[in-house]
Amino acid sequence: MNAYNFAYLDEQTKRMIRRAILKGLAIPGYQVPFASREMPMPYGWGTGGVQVSAAVLTPQDTLKVIDQGADDTTNAVSIRTFFERTAGVETTTQTKSATVIQTRHRIPEDPLTEGQILVYQVPIPEPLRFLEPRESETRKMHSLEEYGLMHVKLYEDISRHGHIATSYAYPVKVEGRYVMDPSPIPKFDNPKLGDMAAIQLFGAGREQRIYALPPYTQVISLDFEDHPFEASKADHPCGLCGAKDSYLDEVIIDDAGGRMFVCSDTNYCTARQAAGHKGKDAA
Amino acid sequence: MTPLLSVHGITKSYGGHVGCADVAFDLYPGEVMGIVGESGSGKSTLLNCMAGHLTPDAGRVVFDTRMDGPRDTVTMSEPERRMLSRTDWAFVHQHARDGLRMGVSAGGNVGERLMAVGARHYGEIRNKATDWLERVEVDPARVDDRPTTFSGGMQQRLQIARNLVTGPRLVFMDEPTGGLDVSVQARLLDLLRGLVRDMGLSAIIVTHDLAVVRLLADRLMVMKSGHVVEAGLTDQVLDDPQHAYTQLLVSSVLQV
Ligand SMILES: [Zn+2]
Repeated sequence: MNAYNFAYLDEQTKRMIRRAILKGLAIPGYQVPFASREMPMPYGWGTGGVQVSAAVLTPQDTLKVIDQGADDTTNAVSIRTFFERTAGVETTTQTKSATVIQTRHRIPEDPLTEGQILVYQVPIPEPLRFLEPRESETRKMHSLEEYGLMHVKLYEDISRHGHIATSYAYPVKVEGRYVMDPSPIPKFDNPKLGDMAAIQLFGAGREQRIYALPPYTQVISLDFEDHPFEASKADHPCGLCGAKDSYLDEVIIDDAGGRMFVCSDTNYCTARQAAGHKGKDAA
Repeated sequence: MTPLLSVHGITKSYGGHVGCADVAFDLYPGEVMGIVGESGSGKSTLLNCMAGHLTPDAGRVVFDTRMDGPRDTVTMSEPERRMLSRTDWAFVHQHARDGLRMGVSAGGNVGERLMAVGARHYGEIRNKATDWLERVEVDPARVDDRPTTFSGGMQQRLQIARNLVTGPRLVFMDEPTGGLDVSVQARLLDLLRGLVRDMGLSAIIVTHDLAVVRLLADRLMVMKSGHVVEAGLTDQVLDDPQHAYTQLLVSSVLQV
């Protein structure tokens, strides 16, 4: 049915990636280098996540792909189609029935369970990069646990904005050891990273790094005593399903500048609407 | 009394060229040692060997650590040495750019060492940074400004604040007044002299400028071609130089 090996990558490459994943799971939060392969899509389209997904997918898996919470963006659709073609796996939009979920910039609202794998697309894996561009130095800082610089970044945030303004890719400390960039998820999602039942894998294609959180790992968001971490979101219920506990996107709905807040997790929102929940903007 | 720093037989060569050879001295708590010489005399090589930036070919640099007493910093593990260099040691670079984070506010620059050793209260870090800006005569209202908006003299004073905020026991300085205008140099020297006295700092200052050591150093070593040719109390060496090379150095400064 296809001209490719299962899930596009050859078996040797998949073994190499799996070894990197296993190493990442053994040292939670540690960035494992791997030999990233050319994929038939441009960098920035999640080539790191795609390679990780290709390495963990089996013919029995059911795959879900989301982009900022939505199953229907061009990026999500093209990756889903890619694996339908190259692996012939079942795909779904339902969080609950997926066994592997590849995501760009969100964690689904429905709690994930044991046996599921969440694969993140990562643009910049190195949380220290912005203040220390030398890779030889950042590697040393990780190995010696010299993480003062992460707090300098948060300090700068407060001194400029009066509060910690970092709202995406908010840095975390894993099991009291490695500081990790959770990829550009909103900080609203940070509390879900810790103690999660599912396996979390992070793939950075251009930067050739894989890192991982095994199930039930301790993940703490960095902060100051007098500026504690807050998992904030827009202070509204969803206009379509009325959910008060989900992360919301603000969308423009007409030429008059009308706007509404809706769940960024489209599957969560439609399931709630189907169950009869209604927001104030629902038709 | 135990020396704070005890240097034995420090030797470093580059290929066949001698950087510094068989240098030895003791530095006692509260003392300031000046190391003078022309460029190429080996004084910077020696400083970098002592501060752990270069590994000497031979010799020991024994520091009286708080926890374990005298330890050879050349052979201690890298994590231990790096820990020393952000707690009990400080290093003031000639170019403030090399010692500051130019993309980080003045307060963040001063606060970095505090955060590196575990400070996690923003308000306290900022207050300490503001205090230190005042101590080095930088307007505390500039605490949120980046050093790129500072004059050369202000940048250098900021670098000094950033280094002294954790109360280091030993400060290495590499031409701290180099590259600054003469009037700015004088102000910086006054400031450094005040800090050295008030804090009882121990320091090793490398410079080609005899005015700097005259003002700051208790003792002096004169280096030429990698060797120490004369050493002693600063006033003694400068007022009554014994070695021909020292005599030349002193006389050339008199002509200026
Ligand atoms: Zn909704």
